[in-house]
Amino acid sequence: MTTVSVPRAEAAAGADARRSGFGSLLRSEWTKFRTVRGWVIGMIVAAILTVLVGLFAAGGVNIGCGSSGGAAKSGKACLPYIPHGPGGEVVTDSFNFAHQPLTGNGSITVRVTSFRGEHANITGHPAQAGNGPNMAPGLMPWSKAGIIIKENLHQGSAYAAMMVTGGNGVRMQDNYTGDTAGLPGSVSAAGPRWLRLTRSGDAITGYDSADGTHWAKVGTVQLAGLPATVPAGMFATSPSYVVTQTSFGGGSSSGGPSQATGVFDHVTVSGNPAGGTWSDTPVGGGGPLSQSGPAGPAGLRGASGPAGFSHAGGAYTLTGSGDIAPVTPGPGSSLPTTTIEQSLTGAFIGLIAIVVVAAMFFTAEYRRGLIRTTLAATPQRGRVLAAKALVAGAAAFVTGLVAATVAVAVGVPLEAGKGQVVLPVPALTEIRVVVGTAALLAVAAVFAIALGAVLRRSAAAITLAVVTVVLPFLLTALHVFPSGVGAWLLRLTPAAGLAIEQSIPNYPQVTNVIDPARGGYPLPPFAGFAVLCAWAAAALALAFFLLRRRDA
Amino acid sequence: MSTAVQARQKTGRAEPRTKGAGMLDALHAEWTKLRTVSGPAWLLLGVVALTAAVSAAADGATHCPAGMNCPVDPAKLSLTGIQFGQAVVAILAVLVICNEYSTGMIRTTFTAMPRRLLVYAAKAVIVAVVVLAAGAVAVLGSVLAGHLILPSHGFTASRGFHPVWLSYGPALRAATGSVLYLALIALLSLGIAALVRDSAVAIGAVLAILYLFPIILAFVTDPAWQHRLERWTPTNAGLTIQATTGLRNLAISPWGGLGVLAIWAGAALLAGGMMLRVRNA
Repeated sequence: MTTVSVPRAEAAAGADARRSGFGSLLRSEWTKFRTVRGWVIGMIVAAILTVLVGLFAAGGVNIGCGSSGGAAKSGKACLPYIPHGPGGEVVTDSFNFAHQPLTGNGSITVRVTSFRGEHANITGHPAQAGNGPNMAPGLMPWSKAGIIIKENLHQGSAYAAMMVTGGNGVRMQDNYTGDTAGLPGSVSAAGPRWLRLTRSGDAITGYDSADGTHWAKVGTVQLAGLPATVPAGMFATSPSYVVTQTSFGGGSSSGGPSQATGVFDHVTVSGNPAGGTWSDTPVGGGGPLSQSGPAGPAGLRGASGPAGFSHAGGAYTLTGSGDIAPVTPGPGSSLPTTTIEQSLTGAFIGLIAIVVVAAMFFTAEYRRGLIRTTLAATPQRGRVLAAKALVAGAAAFVTGLVAATVAVAVGVPLEAGKGQVVLPVPALTEIRVVVGTAALLAVAAVFAIALGAVLRRSAAAITLAVVTVVLPFLLTALHVFPSGVGAWLLRLTPAAGLAIEQSIPNYPQVTNVIDPARGGYPLPPFAGFAVLCAWAAAALALAFFLLRRRDA
Repeated sequence: MSTAVQARQKTGRAEPRTKGAGMLDALHAEWTKLRTVSGPAWLLLGVVALTAAVSAAADGATHCPAGMNCPVDPAKLSLTGIQFGQAVVAILAVLVICNEYSTGMIRTTFTAMPRRLLVYAAKAVIVAVVVLAAGAVAVLGSVLAGHLILPSHGFTASRGFHPVWLSYGPALRAATGSVLYLALIALLSLGIAALVRDSAVAIGAVLAILYLFPIILAFVTDPAWQHRLERWTPTNAGLTIQATTGLRNLAISPWGGLGVLAIWAGAALLAGGMMLRVRNA
């Protein structure tokens, strides 16, 4: 039957096939798509559910903060002062700072001979009263001690620093997000580290050395508008210790504060051996932890604690707690933080609805036998597949774009109204998150079309498309697997594409937890999206191959 | 078509005895339909293979290094594959209803057996029984994998981990409960399939119900909402049956959680049955 119509269709289309073949094919597929009422309703339902579920999740952010001030408080009332860095991002800026004024150009040099730390001893069991200081020795990977030149003593002001770290060697860091590696290895009495910062106008250059003779430049940073006289000196700080509990049905994390102590000698400021007066300021409450009391949040950084700065002979000992780093979402943050992508939670339900429509867009032709007519009219089967993928992908993109725009526009103020710090991001990032969500849905639709063409059964195609995107996310978010395995799932499976929604980057100088529900993916946004695209492309290739080989 | 003829013949033969087709005839007809096409057998095989393989992979990926406190529930970990297996169970249950609608076979079926609820009940019984059987094999495979793998990964009795084996009461409850869980998911899917009738929409709805609530739970940080979601949503409440540690901190008791899933499944079956009666096939 079809053998008769195929040559005729070819003959009829022959003349203008090269000119308008694909255009008219697109139009015919678009006509098929828009005239099936159920599919149009499906796309509208996808958009509505995406917005509604997103708003529910945005409104569902509420971390109690009653413990901070005694009486239970809620909403914005319980937010502490939130420092913002020079780049506009929310930052943590708490450290113990021994400083003296540095006027004009000059430099500061120290030798770090010892760096040690201790952290709250979290065993998974509640701390027992009367157990003494519930602390265990050990540095955090990003415990820091070193020298810093800072715009002023306020949290969030510009700075440049050279430091030794608990597990990442010597680093030069600036303005919370900048990070450059220097000498590797850890500090000991036998293997000390020399650090130097030199100011020349707005430019600060960092050097490190293992012996005080052979110096290597680590980097130069520009701190625009730095005042003539700035505080410069030694600092020490150490971020919280976080343990993520892996329990199915909701991961929880516990942790506690930590502190780090650095010992400095050969301290010189502007070439002069530093005999001058040092002032000790715990910036942002970043002094040492008090020695008694159970481990708990905040509050421990007591003014009642022991002095964090001492001086004996030529050696200075400085102890501090906190961090100088951008705030990232997830456990370990001292603030009730959330992200703009929280309001895009509904994209999952939108994805399911769109995948259903997209898979049906192909499989319905098999069920009704329409596929034979379609392929008779367009014998180049690859073109049919391409036209269908393009039409469904474009429809999914537009649906997703409308839904994501509304969800973010309405959801983010809702999160902020719940007393959350919605971590601010540059406008370009926000656009990438919203448009990326739409693109994610579009590629998922193409993936579903391809699976529909391969399997020719809608139920199987839909399940495969949904499960490969949703389950790796879910199993990682629920901490079913150890985080290493979860990270690989989110690198290799189609779920990697969800990384396009991550708004706060994985800063190298912060211990990142791979927790996709808190905006932490192992791959950078576009790399993750590329993985999803690769899966869709592979499925399309298989579909193309099978569509040509098999009888319709 | 041949199955339809067979069903007719069976009914015809039974008529003189029971005045119309009885439950046994309906069961026999449904069993024949399921048995004589290759799809369900492959899907059941998929349930067993996927569940056991994913469970074993989860066991293999989890280590508890010496000296560390591992807040892991070994029984639950060993039954991770249920998360995948349930999707295949859902396909099977949806197709039992929707395939008949897509081919028009449903009209033949209802002509042969005008008591629609009888057909529906027979489908539910047959699906539940085959899923129970496949689920039992799948869960046994998962438990066996956990039993063999986990002790060598640091989850030993000397460190306070109970063995993943059926001789340990809570593990037995988790295992049998997981089999029942799969059967209830099948019934939930069957009810939704009868309600929706189109396989694509039905599977989409079932997947949304299975996976959306856990996703929302992962995002929501409000403790009150977390508690509600853990108590009342089908997958989260239903899977508490797998918990063997931290039983005091559960939002709902294990059997209570399975009960919540049973209520969901019952409601879906009821709604599907009512629509089946009311609507034209």
